[in-house]
Amino acid sequence: MRIARNPIFVSLIGIVVVALVGGIIFPQVFSINYLMQQLQLASFLGIAATGAMLVILIGCIDLSLPWVLTAAAIISSAFSGRGVLISVGVGLLVGLAAGLANGLGAAILRIPSIIWSLAVNFIFLGICVFITGGFMPQGHPTAIIKTIGIGRTLGIPNIVLFWCVLAFYIIMTLSRTRFGRFIYAVGSNERVSFLSGIRTRGIIVTIFVMSGICNALTGIMLSGYSNQAFQAMGDPYLIPAIAAVVIGGTSISGGSGSYVGTIIGVIFITYLSSLLSVLQVPEAGRQIFFGFVIIAMTISYSRRKEER
Amino acid sequence: MGSKDLVIRMSGIGKRYSAVEALKNVSLECFTSSIHAIVGENGAGKSTLIKIIAGVTQPNTGSLFLDDALVQFRSPLDAIKNSILSVFQELSIIPDLTVAENICMLAKSNGPHKLVSGNSKRRKAEEVLSRIKCYDIDPRELCSDLPLSRLQLVEIAKALACNPRILILDEATSALTAADSEKIFELCGTLREQGVSILYITHHLREVDLLADTCSVFRNGERIETFSVGTRSQNEIISMMIGRPLSKLFPEKKASPADKKDKTLTVKHLSWYNKIRDVSFTLSPGEIVGLGGIDGQGQKDLLFALFGVLRHVRASVQIGTNNLSLKGPSALIDSADRVVMIPEDRKREGLFPSMSILKNVSLASLRQFSAGPFINRQKETEQVLSMLQSLHVKVGNINDSIDSLSGGNQQKVILAKWLLLEAQCLLLNDPTRGIDVPTKQDIYALLRGLADKGKSILIYTTDYDELIGLCDRVIIMYKGQVRKILVGNEISESNILTASLDLQR
Amino acid sequence: MATINTSIRSSWLRYFLRRNYRAIIAFGILIMLFVAFLIIYPVRFSDNFFSAWANQGAGLAFTAVGQTLVVLTSGIDLSIGSIFALSNCLASVFLNGDLFHVFLAFILILCAGICCGLVNGIVISYTQIQPIILTIATGAIYYGIALFIRPVTGGSVNEALSDALTYSVFHIPTSLILILATLVLFWVLMKPTRLYIGIYAIGSSEKSAFMSGVRVRQAKIAAYMFSGLFASLGGLFLSLQTLTGDATIGMSYMLNSVAATVIGGTALSGGIGGIFGSVVGSYLLRTLKSIMFFAGIAPMAQPLFEGIVLMCALSIGSIRLLGMKSKIDIFR
Repeated sequence: MRIARNPIFVSLIGIVVVALVGGIIFPQVFSINYLMQQLQLASFLGIAATGAMLVILIGCIDLSLPWVLTAAAIISSAFSGRGVLISVGVGLLVGLAAGLANGLGAAILRIPSIIWSLAVNFIFLGICVFITGGFMPQGHPTAIIKTIGIGRTLGIPNIVLFWCVLAFYIIMTLSRTRFGRFIYAVGSNERVSFLSGIRTRGIIVTIFVMSGICNALTGIMLSGYSNQAFQAMGDPYLIPAIAAVVIGGTSISGGSGSYVGTIIGVIFITYLSSLLSVLQVPEAGRQIFFGFVIIAMTISYSRRKEER
Repeated sequence: MGSKDLVIRMSGIGKRYSAVEALKNVSLECFTSSIHAIVGENGAGKSTLIKIIAGVTQPNTGSLFLDDALVQFRSPLDAIKNSILSVFQELSIIPDLTVAENICMLAKSNGPHKLVSGNSKRRKAEEVLSRIKCYDIDPRELCSDLPLSRLQLVEIAKALACNPRILILDEATSALTAADSEKIFELCGTLREQGVSILYITHHLREVDLLADTCSVFRNGERIETFSVGTRSQNEIISMMIGRPLSKLFPEKKASPADKKDKTLTVKHLSWYNKIRDVSFTLSPGEIVGLGGIDGQGQKDLLFALFGVLRHVRASVQIGTNNLSLKGPSALIDSADRVVMIPEDRKREGLFPSMSILKNVSLASLRQFSAGPFINRQKETEQVLSMLQSLHVKVGNINDSIDSLSGGNQQKVILAKWLLLEAQCLLLNDPTRGIDVPTKQDIYALLRGLADKGKSILIYTTDYDELIGLCDRVIIMYKGQVRKILVGNEISESNILTASLDLQR
Repeated sequence: MATINTSIRSSWLRYFLRRNYRAIIAFGILIMLFVAFLIIYPVRFSDNFFSAWANQGAGLAFTAVGQTLVVLTSGIDLSIGSIFALSNCLASVFLNGDLFHVFLAFILILCAGICCGLVNGIVISYTQIQPIILTIATGAIYYGIALFIRPVTGGSVNEALSDALTYSVFHIPTSLILILATLVLFWVLMKPTRLYIGIYAIGSSEKSAFMSGVRVRQAKIAAYMFSGLFASLGGLFLSLQTLTGDATIGMSYMLNSVAATVIGGTALSGGIGGIFGSVVGSYLLRTLKSIMFFAGIAPMAQPLFEGIVLMCALSIGSIRLLGMKSKIDIFR
């Protein structure tokens, strides 16, 4: 069926199915409060998935998400005494550093990002262990961050508003700017992009820096939500972020995909995850279920290309 | 020569690729002990035809008979098992394996060589290579270390190693030197005597006269005629290929322009390792200059060097009166007066495969339709459409994927992309390779039109006719140096050949 | 019959080096590191020292071999860690009792690993799903199964078997013998086959491989099955070492198997490299870790050091970029 190939459509159907199933078991799934809560949770994954999507669009992958997130959270909390600007600034610097490190490997050393970003991830793990000495990180996030992380404005969680702004920026960039076109071009074919006058190295490094900053932002906001940064807080975000991007229709080999698909993918995964935890499905069952869902949804996007 | 038996018969074969009908109701017969040449323009269906025989693709309609028995080849392996071997233009060499391993990939492991150990493969490879009298390829060499000309010979050896009954050669000598081509012609003769049936696809009608006993002409997916070689003249064959009498292929050249004071491009002492040695020349506005000489003497490298793709180039280059830095394609496109290069390999260097036609065309010139960082979609669409129109490219919907266009149209789209930049200096790397004749005519007219408007064009081509018919001057290169520059009436086949071969050999 | 010009005949060594120089360099570095380790480690030249060192790397070595075969086809197996963990957990439950039961369990666990690999291979060969995504998904599934079998670290393993396979025989560590035996067996049984060459061919150029009659689907499925098999062997060996099962150790082995593969000279794009290099790469990583542990680096700084060293090891291959003459050579 033609229409079953459209990822956005499939994901939307998925959300509806989950909602219906949930609604039968727990009617309060349809309450505004619950939906807002879900959107709030989804926003964190959404910011992380933004970075993941940008990197996947250029044909790479950023596996440094977990510990860049954690490091940014820990370090910005540690500086919270110096005021919100310095605290957030330092956290973003963590993301910038990670992005530069990843970009160096991908653009200049030409080492496959799958292994290089794993190494970067490990380095940031090392940084966190070194700083905290293995103990719980000290310090709490600033009040402003807490407000963004957990507060609401006119009933809508602030983090959701933040994600909306970010989403607007990304959608505008990808679809209407030169930079956006270059991103798709580099992901489609780097050689042709280079020969067409695109500064491919610059684009790659910029994208990894953007991803690093998204990961750092997620960490900072999450620490605001939990009023604490903690070890391994980033681990649960990596696979769902990648899954959301892929389920949303972005090709893992790069060059195509829309951010709207990623948004819907994020909401779908968050919704599904919450449903499973409400149903008190044990971790083992959740992992298995998620695996099957990813496979099922990506199979339906498959297209057979005729060889000429 | 023994008696000729029918070995392959195709009847009513039809093949359709989405909207394009590649083959229409084709029937063909091939006999043992014969060399059957197949000629036609690009897009005539020759490749599709032999892909069907070779099992690479399957026909939509029609039947294929092998020795009078109906067969269906679902994969290349099926055809190979029936001793049908093919050598395609797109080589099937596996780069990270050795020559010996590649040659033995298809061969059956019976007979004296078990073909299991590295040594036995090497011996088998040596034996096959000696049948082509090819003594300078070491079977233990990695194929990724060999140049294209050697690889083409390895590909032929690979087919030969299976002792084919039917051998398909698709432009098998395109990358070979004259000496190596001779060896292949000899091989074909020997195989014919041994009873092999050879299907020989070529663009060079000379080769048809030399080798083949039968010839079939294809046009637009149909077999026009099959005749014995020698019963039709070259002009008749060409008429059959293009479907109308041969009209002027090349537009009028301008009378040689007086030495203009202001040159578009001045190149002084360009050197790159030992591939380009102290090359100096100038390009004036309004002229088309060709790069000639034997393949691989530095011509392509020169174009790449001028476009900033090579590293460690030493040169002093000026565009107009300004110095040109060879830092990279982006620098050259952004420079005053602009230098652009139209690449040779469409698929690998020219196009974004799954992107729309619109996006492919506008990519290099996005700044022209942007207000700040934002793209003005309307302006973009207008300009792209008008450029495509001026190039006579028929497009259904500009937002369709570029995959939907034919090879010739794809090349025009690439040209459109670079023409939007309105560069003063265009570098073209073998732009009409694999393009059908009508499109070639369009491109030649376009290039002459651009020259008339004052642009400078530097074109590398292996086609003598293009050098003679299109270029105002021809720079012949040999071993990275400029050997001779032919001007105007001096450009002739014999002069080009003499200069290319450079007496000391 | 005339043969090749003897003047162009190069020595056998030149071609051997051309094909295997990455693995050889890695081996050289391993020797140097091992010597450094000998110097640092307080108690030298005892049987226990050697077998402990060999055991440390064995689990990873097996896993890396499996990963290499998949990477050679230009794929990747991100579920390898989960298969490793799964067999580790299965062993902690079933690898007990008398010889017969242990033997049966051994066979069954290997079969489980092969089946996991078979699933990976079939889905990748018959659909357009990219290996990276599919194996992330199946990795989650196999991890879930492992968690189900052993929710909390624990269990037990036949101790006699453990003793038999984790010490030494005539001063050579048993684990080393097992690994070398595996390599030799593979070399003898697999190298002459079309399947083996097919795996390399697919990674080098899948299109050319197909045109050359390689059974692409079969070869890919075989590669993933091998991956599952070797991951199982690795997990089994770990269970003999630790005598317990732990469902969460998979991630670390997955990352390290990819790192070991790359360091040992196999290209992630496929077609180049081999399993010997990956075994060398595994021991290289483990030896580095041991050196840092014994060299007295503060425990809190060790992961950071490990990460930096890993980055340096990965960057070595980039030296070839300095000699590149054309900017477009960097794009494959």
